Amino acid sequence: MFYRESGVFKTSYAADMGLLPLPNTRWAVAGLLVLFVAVVPLVSDEYSLSILNLILIAVVGAIGLNILVGYTDQVSIGHGAFMSVGAYTAANLIVRVHAPFWIAVPAGGAMAALIGVVVGIPSLRIKGLYLAISTLAAQLIIEWVINHVSWISGGTQVSIQVPPPSVFGVVLQSPWQIYLFLLAFVILAIVGTQNLIRSRIGRAFIAVRDRDVAAEIIGINIFRYKLLAFAISSFYAGVTGVLYSYYLGIANYEQFQLDVSINFLAMVIIGGLGSTLGPIFGAIFVTLLPIVTRRVLESVGGLFFQASDLSAVIPSLRLVIFGGLIIFFLVVEPEGLNRLWRNIRNYFRTWPFSY
Amino acid sequence: MPEFDWGFTLLLVSSGLMIGLMYSLIALGFVLVYKATDAINFAQGEFVMFAAIMAAASMDAGIPFWLAALLALTGMIAFCFALERVVLRKLLGRPIIAVIMATIGLASLIRGFATLVFGAGVRAITLPVGDDPLYLGPIMLPPVQLVGAGVSLVFLAGFTWFFLRTRMGVAMRAVADNQTVSMGMGINVQRYFALAWALTGVVSALGGIIWGAMLGVDNQLPLVGLKVFPVVIMGGLDSIIGAVVGGLIVGVVEALAAGYLDPMVGGGTKDFAPYVLMILMLVIRPYGLFGTRRIDRI
Repeated sequence: MFYRESGVFKTSYAADMGLLPLPNTRWAVAGLLVLFVAVVPLVSDEYSLSILNLILIAVVGAIGLNILVGYTDQVSIGHGAFMSVGAYTAANLIVRVHAPFWIAVPAGGAMAALIGVVVGIPSLRIKGLYLAISTLAAQLIIEWVINHVSWISGGTQVSIQVPPPSVFGVVLQSPWQIYLFLLAFVILAIVGTQNLIRSRIGRAFIAVRDRDVAAEIIGINIFRYKLLAFAISSFYAGVTGVLYSYYLGIANYEQFQLDVSINFLAMVIIGGLGSTLGPIFGAIFVTLLPIVTRRVLESVGGLFFQASDLSAVIPSLRLVIFGGLIIFFLVVEPEGLNRLWRNIRNYFRTWPFSY
Repeated sequence: MPEFDWGFTLLLVSSGLMIGLMYSLIALGFVLVYKATDAINFAQGEFVMFAAIMAAASMDAGIPFWLAALLALTGMIAFCFALERVVLRKLLGRPIIAVIMATIGLASLIRGFATLVFGAGVRAITLPVGDDPLYLGPIMLPPVQLVGAGVSLVFLAGFTWFFLRTRMGVAMRAVADNQTVSMGMGINVQRYFALAWALTGVVSALGGIIWGAMLGVDNQLPLVGLKVFPVVIMGGLDSIIGAVVGGLIVGVVEALAAGYLDPMVGGGTKDFAPYVLMILMLVIRPYGLFGTRRIDRI
């Protein structure tokens, strides 16, 4: 993720395989960990913690979607639906059999993975546009099924109350407890993805993405790996759904509609496809965008609009900015925020003596 | 189980066919662009809404119907030209997801922009036809649907003629078939890309006026665009006749589902059945009924 090279000095296989190859990377990661685990919850107030929690949840989903879109080059416009599958699976388990979080979260993920594989089956025969459309159909069909099968959705309200998770007998209720809970999952997701991508499976994903015919010739079973990518990515989506319903205290399909799928795609694209930092940047950016838009407009919008119009203007202006940014990034900086970050880093690497 | 009612079925089928033709018109916009430029337009529904809003807003301002329709038409053509120039030309040769994502972004942009400029209220487009439905035995045909189906038919036939008989149409087919060879034959490929988008603008403007007249113009109108996908997948992505047949199938399936399945499962099958059909089609025959069999199996 972050490291500086100055030659290869590794003397053992273990050192070569290390997740954090250089001492300064280790220090940087340790510093970040301390910052996020100890410092952030102490200094931030409830409001900013709640935004942070939203970002953490989005990071898990974006990292998962990136495995599919960024590393295997398959589009999914159905990730919102996979999240709702995870959320409702977990909510049903929690309400009916009082499952603890360490069963509910993996179960939600596993169910989403199962559905993801079913949705991914068309990818065996089709790709690109066709796959995008079939995942779009999956999104709409899953939404409809959840909405119409009351056994899943818990009756006419189509929503299930989810009690807060309890860890070692402590019921997590305050925002900073939830924050630490979510942070643990984010760290798991990041480390898991880093390790996945370095492994045989991850290299197979990248081979399939770069040239599928060549990948098949060197002995990669394309179909298996495409489905595996769908499964893993949907697992992350399912976990995201569970975390989201823990955070909100309710599982509701309206939280996982088509626009959510599009938001997550936007995170991956704006952040930068096929990197670990990219989706994190993207998740931060897309989550903060509406909040910042509202803040800015509430403070300076009075100059342009009448106060009564402002509440109507904000959501549409948010849409304009959101769509405009997606197009802007696609046209101007296809590699996204991650590329900007790399440019900045490379500039400072030799600063101030760049020649 | 009540006795099978032929009149009811006929009514459902006829209204399904009408609606289906109107779907075909919108799907045609999608097909035109895909055929010529290989780009996928996920913002087709928003195009339709944008045109409808332009027409409705100018009618609200007291402009007569024909002039308002003309305004929407020229507005959409200008918009599509600009779009091709500013965004899509830059995305040529990029991975397919880039174009998909760009049009998704565009969809959100149009949606926000339209409500920002024209307001979020529901508007109406009144066609210069009466309100009394036409009765043919058990079949009841509302004039809005009749006009819609008629306009769709005329334009579908017109586009078929355009592609088969005119110089421009043939050139567009050549570009769709092979861009490099077309360039070699002296066809200005970029100009035809722009033309394809402009034609989509025309189709969207017509679709917008018709659908706007039927459903009312508000920010729910783009949902019509989501129906484009079952239509084009059924018919084949690059086939005009496919768009017609696909539209008819989707329209009829929708109507029958709404008539017969809805009472059983409690509503909403109308928006659900076409997608099931589409998934089946994707698994069995992904290139559709009339599409080119150009599909990569891995």
